Amino acid sequence: MELFTPEFGLIFWMFVAFAILFLVLAKWGWPAIMKMIEGRADLIDKGVEYAQNAKEQLDHAREEANKYIEEARKQQAEMLRDADKMKTQIIEEARAAASKEAQKVMDAAKVSIEQERKEAELRFRDEVSSFALDIATKVVRNQMSDQNAQTKLVNSLLDEIENKN
Amino acid sequence: MLSLVCMAFMAPMYVAADENLSGQEEEKINPKEIIFEHLGDGYGWEVPFSHEHRIPLPVIVRDYEGRWHLFSSSRIQHGQEYEGFMLGGKDSKWHNKLIGMRPVQVDGKTVMEEYRPWDFSITKNVLALFITVILVILMVLRVAVWYKKSAYKAPRKLTGAIEAIIEFIYNGVIKPTLGDRSRRFAPYLLTVFFFILVMNLMGLIVVFPGGANLTGNIAITLVLSLITFFITNLCGTKHYWKEIFWPDVPWWLKVPIPIMPALELFGVFTKPAALTIRLFANMLGGHIVVIVLTLLIFILGALGAAVTGLTTVVSVCFSLFMLLLDVLVSFIQAYVFTMLSTLFIAMATEKGEHGEHPAPANK
Repeated sequence: MELFTPEFGLIFWMFVAFAILFLVLAKWGWPAIMKMIEGRADLIDKGVEYAQNAKEQLDHAREEANKYIEEARKQQAEMLRDADKMKTQIIEEARAAASKEAQKVMDAAKVSIEQERKEAELRFRDEVSSFALDIATKVVRNQMSDQNAQTKLVNSLLDEIENKN
Repeated sequence: MLSLVCMAFMAPMYVAADENLSGQEEEKINPKEIIFEHLGDGYGWEVPFSHEHRIPLPVIVRDYEGRWHLFSSSRIQHGQEYEGFMLGGKDSKWHNKLIGMRPVQVDGKTVMEEYRPWDFSITKNVLALFITVILVILMVLRVAVWYKKSAYKAPRKLTGAIEAIIEFIYNGVIKPTLGDRSRRFAPYLLTVFFFILVMNLMGLIVVFPGGANLTGNIAITLVLSLITFFITNLCGTKHYWKEIFWPDVPWWLKVPIPIMPALELFGVFTKPAALTIRLFANMLGGHIVVIVLTLLIFILGALGAAVTGLTTVVSVCFSLFMLLLDVLVSFIQAYVFTMLSTLFIAMATEKGEHGEHPAPANK
């Protein structure tokens, strides 16, 4: 049977044809294609991994941001409270300082008033004594204007002295 | 396989011709001759609607004296003798093959005897082989060029389709079986797959660039499986040879009569033989069924016009179905050949530490 006996010429040409085909494809065809197929698969894998990582990071970042916001809010409240406390303290301190100063001023005023009063008293006394002398002088001068009176006074004064002794 | 379509078209003409001739000469149809003519090789390529004209192809032969001859196949097409060569007749040992005459001494007398010269002719099958090679190169380089030009873009249309098949074989068959050895053997396996696939499909096209029964020719499948055989055995590891000559079976199967080693050694040669026959027989079978179905029209044509008409419809329907089935078979057989080659190579290059591959189930 012709079909079952391989023809030598055909075997020869088949071998030549296949060798040419294989050499051409092994040189210019398959390596490039395999490289690209694997490269693309790697790229897709990497892309998926990258996306997953990115999503994870995003979730993480959101969580972190929330945490930061919460913390900031807490800090803000604390700072407000501190400021409030400091304000009252400052006011308190100012008030204390002011009253102290006022006390000091008042004390100084008291002292000077006292001094003034004393000085005024002294001066008043001087003035009063001078006035009294003046009045006495005037009165004496008035009473001594007539002779009788003068003699009477002298007599009374003399009487007084006599009585005393 | 000559054009099915052409035959279907010609059916009424034949019937008419038969009727005209019936009075004078009974022209019998010889199905066997037609089948083998269409399945076998030829020195020219048939064209549709003509039995007289063929596309002439170059004949290259080396005669018994060592001289080379080159001439067109049209010189010997109708049985003429040219430069001492002719086609073998019906009673010749080499029917429809190129033969020459050479003198031999028989009982002291010089007798002319038929002989078969070294025949390197570009026959129908050889030309179909070259066409297939060019087609496969164009297909694969198209994808390769695409990748070089637009690296990470998705190919569309034909390029995408070819790439899908490449990926199917590379990622579906070669990589899972060969693992890190894929890069080394994938070029051969992918080439084999595309070569067989295109040969199979071209064989199903009934007119000129196709129609040659390549994978249904044992020479073609023999060369392919021999290459697989040599790769398998030349790349075989120590583990592979140990499995053959000292397999892991009870000792009395190995000593004193080496039953298992003999079986294993036998298996080394039956594997490529099975590869050869499987592809050859599957494709040949498909072609024979289609031709026989078509020939039914002419065989039953003798029974009258009504029967011929009915047979024509039924035969064409069945042939069409068979051809579609053969498209599927073409793919499956290319796939099976590649898969088994991959398995054989994987088994032979196994280092032994990954455990055993299951034996391939022969189809």
